[in-house]
Amino acid sequence: MTRASVSRRGVLKGAAAVSAVALSAPFVRGAYAAGKLSVGFWDHWVPGANGALTQLCQEWAAKEKVDITIDYITSQGNKNLLTIAAESQARSGHDILAFPTWQPADQVKNLEPVDDIMTELIKQNGKVNGTVEYLARSGGKWIAVPATAGSQIKGPCTRIDLLKQHAGIDIQAMYPAGSAPKADGWNMDTFLVAAEKCHKAGVPFGIGLGQTSDSVDTAGAIFQSFGATLIDDKGKIVVKSDNVRQALDYMKRLTAFLPADVSAWDDASNNKWLVSGRGSLIMNPPSTWAVAKRDAPQIAEQLWTHGMPAGPKGRFSPFLPYFWGIWSFSKNKTAAKSLLMRLSQADAAEKMVVASGGYDLPAFEKLTTFKTWAEEGPPKGTLYHYPNPHNHQTLSIAASPAPPKIASQIYTQATMTKMVVRHFQGEAMEKTLAWAETELEGFSRS
Amino acid sequence: MMALPLIIIIAALVVYPAIYSLHLATLNKSMERFVGFGNFEFLFKRETFWMVVKQSCIFAVTAVVFKALIGFFVAHFVHAIPDKGQRKWRGMLLVPWVIPPAMSTLAWFWLFDPSYSAFNWLFALLGIPSVPWLGDPYWARFSVILVNVWYGAPFFMIMYLAALKSVPEQLYEAASIDGANWWQRLWYVTLPMMRNIISITVLFSLIVTFANFDIVRVLTAGGPIDQTHVFATWAFKLGIEGGDIPLGATVSLFMVPLLGVAAIFILRDITKRGNEA
Repeated sequence: MTRASVSRRGVLKGAAAVSAVALSAPFVRGAYAAGKLSVGFWDHWVPGANGALTQLCQEWAAKEKVDITIDYITSQGNKNLLTIAAESQARSGHDILAFPTWQPADQVKNLEPVDDIMTELIKQNGKVNGTVEYLARSGGKWIAVPATAGSQIKGPCTRIDLLKQHAGIDIQAMYPAGSAPKADGWNMDTFLVAAEKCHKAGVPFGIGLGQTSDSVDTAGAIFQSFGATLIDDKGKIVVKSDNVRQALDYMKRLTAFLPADVSAWDDASNNKWLVSGRGSLIMNPPSTWAVAKRDAPQIAEQLWTHGMPAGPKGRFSPFLPYFWGIWSFSKNKTAAKSLLMRLSQADAAEKMVVASGGYDLPAFEKLTTFKTWAEEGPPKGTLYHYPNPHNHQTLSIAASPAPPKIASQIYTQATMTKMVVRHFQGEAMEKTLAWAETELEGFSRS
Repeated sequence: MMALPLIIIIAALVVYPAIYSLHLATLNKSMERFVGFGNFEFLFKRETFWMVVKQSCIFAVTAVVFKALIGFFVAHFVHAIPDKGQRKWRGMLLVPWVIPPAMSTLAWFWLFDPSYSAFNWLFALLGIPSVPWLGDPYWARFSVILVNVWYGAPFFMIMYLAALKSVPEQLYEAASIDGANWWQRLWYVTLPMMRNIISITVLFSLIVTFANFDIVRVLTAGGPIDQTHVFATWAFKLGIEGGDIPLGATVSLFMVPLLGVAAIFILRDITKRGNEA
């Protein structure tokens, strides 16, 4: 065996030679110098909406030299929820994932804080609405970025002609295209009277009382407009209150004027109800109007999206934000943050709004007046009030202000719609409240 | 050595998930703390849980009884058809069982749809008031059981048909010579010869029906007001949709002792009769 002896002088000579070569060589940057990034977005149900997002991501990736992979994960059959559960369990998967409304709060321990991004975005685009803050801030830190794609308001979508004919309400005069609402008279009492008149005319309001999100969102907004809270922000059960009794009583009276089978409705039922021409009002984002435009243009021409009626404690409209979050186990957090920053710029948000025909909603206050909402039609201006441009109502989510981990249980288990159905079917008010109380105790466990 | 691949597959696909479920069921909601039987104790205090237990039993037992009865009668009718024409009947009667249930249930959903029920449309033509198939708790329970029976009866039919074909003809001849009528032939010849097949089929179907997910999920998703939930759908609701995976695992594990007891009784009976033979 031979051994080469290495002297100190020899090593230094070699090192100097290597340094000289390295410094004089041209700097070559690889095509994917910034590494790989894997993203799982929500699979949009508006045809073509995914295309805008893909294009934005690819442009960003080319500029930043990132090898990006995009998956679109459907919410059909809860595939997105299953993916979130699986990835959080395995602690591997995508770098960025789209999180439905309650998921950031559920996954708070597995998400990378995004204070740096949010601070900058709020500076650029204005404040986010209270619902976003409630759902995406935990322990004083931002844990997710509100996504434009998939976020929606589920306010009333009304048949202009039927409401005018049967209830004597000119909804376009109340919510004129291009200007502020004149809706002081649009309150829970007028809403109830209109529901009764339309019911008598054979074209009832189509408000679900099932266990899916459309039903829960509407019930939640009506409860909030009566100040009816089931659990307060400290986690204390406060269901046995006069406000809740008032809200339940109102809902019972309203339910009498709804189709008989609303307790079995899912998220497709109200859409079908309106498009079929059998109903005069539903609570939904403009996806119903978009379907009507394709399948029943004569009905689409009569649809108007507008604000919620006001209750004794204010005017609340259901807002369902989607979020983009970065897993704490992501291998490329720098690139992930850079992409989320890009996707949250005003021009990117507008591209998504255009591609989704006005369905998608940015959560920042300066991004609610894009041309799309003012110009979409027919009828022109039908979506003008959809993004709440005049801040005329409080955007909220059912079961808030309970701590999100508890509120998500109330929401998922549809406690409010179940309370309404139980009471409507003849259960005594106090018995319904007692049942709700035991349910809420269960949700409060850690 | 030859069985090693099978042992590995069973260990990976059955034993590991089962142990993992047990582990999950012993954790708290945020999956950070061991709580032992805490989740079970919590469930036992819930009104909804006992309602789900009751509904699962009603759903499984009612559906299995009807599947067994319908399967038994239809098997006899098919058995009575001459061999030449029997094949096409067997094929046609098996159709509900070979269509994936999630898909066929969607067709049933269209028939029961809250606002556009095809059945109600027919009723309207005949002047009969519409039925809230999925909106009323009792009708909703009836609907999920009906679909399960429609889907599962052909399986019973084909199993019983096979059992009927294996009954030696000489036994019936001997019974006829002894002056047995059709009822006595059925009671003293056919049923004893089919007893083991009936037991195994009922046990198998009971397990599958108890653990049913797709029919209830597609048709009612457990509604209205939780009145059609069974173990699997409620476990999914709690665990996946509600984000409480340990509680969801606990609910699904609750099926194990129930089905285990049923399996012990039925299989013990079969073994006993096997030894008698």
